[in-house]
Amino acid sequence: MAYPHSHPRETRILSEHFGEIEATTLDGWIERGGYKAVEKALGSMSREQVIEVVKESGLRGRGGAGFPTGLKWSFMPKDDTLPHYLVCNADESEPGTFKDREIMRWTPHQLLEGCIIGSYAIGASHCYIYIRGEFVDVIPVVNQAVVDAYSRGYLGRDILGSGYSLELTVHLGAGAYIAGEETGMLNSLEGRRAEPRIKPPFPAAKGAFGMPTTVNNVESLAVVPHIVTNGGDWYRQWGTEKSSGTKLFSCCGHLQKPGTYEIAMDFNLKDLLYDLCGGPPEGREFKAVIPGGSSVPILAADELDAECSYEGLEAAGSMVGSGGLIAMDDSTNMVHAVRRMVEFYAHESCGQCTQCREGTYWAAKILRRIERGGGREEDIPLLLDISANMAGKTICVLSDSAAAPIVSSIQKFQDDYMALIAKGQHAAVGT
Amino acid sequence: MSERKLHPAVAGAQPMYRAENDPDAPLFEGAYKQRFDDILTRYPDKRAAILPVLAMCQELRGWISSETIERVAELLDLTPAYVLSITSFYTMFRPQPVGKYLIQVCTSIGCDLCGAENVVEKLLAATGTRTGEISEDGLYTVIEVECLGACGFATVVQVNERVYESVKTETVTRLLEELR
Ligand SMILES: Cc1cc2nc3c(=O)[nH]c(=O)nc-3n(C[C@H](O)[C@H](O)[C@H](O)COP(=O)(O)O)c2cc1C
Ligand code: SF4
Ligand code: FES
Repeated sequence: MAYPHSHPRETRILSEHFGEIEATTLDGWIERGGYKAVEKALGSMSREQVIEVVKESGLRGRGGAGFPTGLKWSFMPKDDTLPHYLVCNADESEPGTFKDREIMRWTPHQLLEGCIIGSYAIGASHCYIYIRGEFVDVIPVVNQAVVDAYSRGYLGRDILGSGYSLELTVHLGAGAYIAGEETGMLNSLEGRRAEPRIKPPFPAAKGAFGMPTTVNNVESLAVVPHIVTNGGDWYRQWGTEKSSGTKLFSCCGHLQKPGTYEIAMDFNLKDLLYDLCGGPPEGREFKAVIPGGSSVPILAADELDAECSYEGLEAAGSMVGSGGLIAMDDSTNMVHAVRRMVEFYAHESCGQCTQCREGTYWAAKILRRIERGGGREEDIPLLLDISANMAGKTICVLSDSAAAPIVSSIQKFQDDYMALIAKGQHAAVGT
Repeated sequence: MSERKLHPAVAGAQPMYRAENDPDAPLFEGAYKQRFDDILTRYPDKRAAILPVLAMCQELRGWISSETIERVAELLDLTPAYVLSITSFYTMFRPQPVGKYLIQVCTSIGCDLCGAENVVEKLLAATGTRTGEISEDGLYTVIEVECLGACGFATVVQVNERVYESVKTETVTRLLEELR
């Protein structure tokens, strides 16, 4: 049986070996062609050539922002003598997102190959894989892979006789969503609270321990070995001009076959939902879908005929984000769903910015009140007002993320709000 | 407790919730002193060792007491107030003891849609506790947590070092029996 569900319409590059327990071992990985890309990059390519092929591939960062990976690498200084760092962002905590977990637990060496090649490209002497501490079942798998890679000379001094040396350390988070934001992650790695930093300076100029640093998502790094092996044009055969290649979408919520699916980036969202994920549960219909993790706007059922590319989902009114798809069927009360999401952000706000700290707190409180039958009609403009104050004004975009579901749910599902408010008022009159 | 020598690259990346822990266990002795030293070699700065070192203390003792905070502060040249500001920021550090099995139920949106609230209720009823309490037999503490990153397998429940996927109200009793 293939990994929990798979489908012939997937394009399985990253996920080809998901579900194969042997692929988690070093020998199993080498049997599957593993570490050839490391040999190629370190043995026959310059740093610049590696960056060039990743640029050619059009790969955009899979952590949420979609920034071109090759371009990001090219910002790292070339002729300095400072230590450089690569930090692999394995903090995956965005509700709905469980794709990096699958990469790490099924193909840890795929990630290590990406870390080694990425480190080489940016001239890093040390790579930290920052894994959220809650990933208790994933961490031992990654640890074993790291120890094995060291023992076989893929990490450490003078890797494969190439003259390039790299230390790699597995660093665990300890429970903080905001450590996933890249500058929050750097503070956390340095032993501070994971409070995002004001940018500039950007990490490439002044990152971990004050040194030039690149932060990359697990999925962004894991696909790099494939690009190094097969070339940029090969990767571009999938997707669109602006959104090349494949992307993992982890799909959860009200679905017949939830799971992580790998699709070419021009795949249709409706096909993903109905064909791959098997549609909504028996007898139900979709009411709303969040395509890219709880931080992106909600799509209504009539907006699902969209291309899963960066530009396609933006045109539909949402975003690719992390690729954490959350499906909700017609049994869902949107006020309840949004309340749960906003409570998440209220809990995870680091508290540095007033708009975010206060906005998430009050929005959650008002949503709770509406849900319990104490809502008023003025609550709708009040929530919109709070949301407007939360967006675009803070150190990081957690604040914007919290506002997104509030605003999009009021735009698209105001009936759910009004019904609860009317029911509450009716009950109040009756008492 | 494992005395096996860990590779320094992973010395700071060990699970911090274990059923076998001892609130009075000596800190930073034997293999743990070795791990402490190994962790320090992985960072250019002592402060950076704070998360792995605190995690190691919690792995041994089950929670972070003020005595632990003082020891860590001393070893890393930080103030106890600073260390407390870290343990209170990161939710995995426990400020008080918990049951032998810390049962963490995800109630974020993915699991919520699939009935996580009912799973929490069932777990609380079956263990005879309220959220965060230790059950009378000392075995269980049930808490709600935010997304555990396994949303397609709702409801996701983490018990110490194990993740249980697709937990339903009907499977709660079996889960608890399995732990015993
Ligand atoms: C609040 C917040 C949380 C984030 N969480 C994550 C995360 O868990 N994992 C991740 O890879 N990126 C996360 N990001 C995005 C990172 O800041 C950063 O853009 C990303 O790691 C860069 O890698 P990439 O260029 O490979 O995508 C988050 C951003 C914000 C604002
Ligand atoms: S927006 Fe929120 S999470 Fe981001 S820095 Fe400000 S307070 Fe912290
Ligand atoms: S929502 Fe429960 S694991 Fe993500």
